[in-house]
Amino acid sequence: MLDLHGYFPFILKGMVLTVEVALLSLLISLILGFVGALAKLSKSRIANTIAALYTTIIRGVPDLVLMMIIFFGGQLLVNDIGYKLAEFSEAQGLPFNLGWDYIDISPFIAGVATIGFIFGAYMTETFRGAILSVPQGEIEAGYAFGMTPAQVFFRITLPACVRHALPGFGNNWLVLAKTTALVSVIGLQDMVFNAGQAGGATRQPFTFFLVVALLFLVITGVSDVGMRWLNKRYSAGVRRA
Amino acid sequence: MDIQVIIENLPLYFSGLWVTIQLVAMALTCGLILAIPMALAASARNIFVAFLPKAYIYFFRGTPLLVQMYILYYGMAQFEGVRESFIWVVFQEAYWCALIAFSLNTAAYTAEILRGAIEQTAFGEIEAAKACGMSKPTMYRRIILPGAFRRALPAYGNEVIFMLHGSAIAGVITIVDLFGAARIVNSRHFVPFESFIAAGFFYLCVTFMIVWLFKIWEAHWHAHLHRRETDKVDQGATVEPSADGVPD
Repeated sequence: MLDLHGYFPFILKGMVLTVEVALLSLLISLILGFVGALAKLSKSRIANTIAALYTTIIRGVPDLVLMMIIFFGGQLLVNDIGYKLAEFSEAQGLPFNLGWDYIDISPFIAGVATIGFIFGAYMTETFRGAILSVPQGEIEAGYAFGMTPAQVFFRITLPACVRHALPGFGNNWLVLAKTTALVSVIGLQDMVFNAGQAGGATRQPFTFFLVVALLFLVITGVSDVGMRWLNKRYSAGVRRA
Repeated sequence: MDIQVIIENLPLYFSGLWVTIQLVAMALTCGLILAIPMALAASARNIFVAFLPKAYIYFFRGTPLLVQMYILYYGMAQFEGVRESFIWVVFQEAYWCALIAFSLNTAAYTAEILRGAIEQTAFGEIEAAKACGMSKPTMYRRIILPGAFRRALPAYGNEVIFMLHGSAIAGVITIVDLFGAARIVNSRHFVPFESFIAAGFFYLCVTFMIVWLFKIWEAHWHAHLHRRETDKVDQGATVEPSADGVPD
């Protein structure tokens, strides 16, 4: 039914890149979300404010705009700093050059950084809610056993909050996987980009974009199965009506 | 930071903002109109009725909006039948392609939100409606749908914001919306920071406005869920309503 003129491996190559971008940015977003949630729940006013600013701004600005700011702007910033530092070293007569030559930020790094940075904000909210939903009694019990705050966090709060974080995490992951399509706009050769190329070469753009859509459904379908398994694993021992 | 460039190009940004608001408002309206019958069908117990809308919702929620828009904008030209018929007038315009893609996309998300809200209707309400002798259409019109719209309001507010943010991709297919305007300013003056941050600022303002609007609507439509002043005084009367507004 679908004649791809031998371009299918080319699309699959793009799909590998899509999955790579998705998984790497997921990792970044998990770390940022973790730090963000702790900052939101901490007693420090400064940490609270920074975390609130982070989540508000990220969730208020489209991901594509953020990606452009980081991809184009980040490149300018990095090279500006490098240039200034080189100038500074020369003016001060330093024996070594602090600056650096022109650096090209690869679209891959910009894409992964942006998507990770954006979804870190969503993960922050998810983790914050999950940590808050751990019953206070369990935490008190931990202290009653003489655990340190760190021990309470790693032995009680963290394992217990996974169950509460999973639904939100699953949602965020699905949205993240779909957001990776945007990296094609900054020239990264993911499966959307490759489909555009193949579609142009064969004059069958509809066929190729439809195949990409179906491949995205494969990714979300597999994720669904994985999430169900995780849910079952972390809900062991929970009473259900 | 070169703010001068932004000030010079403010008219371009405002015209882009207007295009964005137009696109999003029209897509949301069309999406909502499509979503209501779809949600009703998807919540039906009959598999044959529910299958098609469910498949539609699954496809549009499982694939990126960018790909959906590309399928319409680049993909439709593949078919000679489309190119030679009168609908080509629609599909050769980036604006209409984006509008159709956004409408179909938000229809799927809205239908899913509404379906969840319809299925959460309390049994008691339906039983009461039947006991009153309401016919099915009356029951939907008077009991199920008004309650479902109320319950769907917070989630729908999120969907409106997602649509606003998703609409930025219209700038990729040559439409001069807010993002498209920022792209033009960037390519003319090469000021990536300033141009995109300015666009981000505009998006942020619109987002805040939407959040504020939905707060007002929620205060109005969820008035029955708020604790009354007397409840705070009288400790004995603090009965928490459950999430669907019906005391258990």
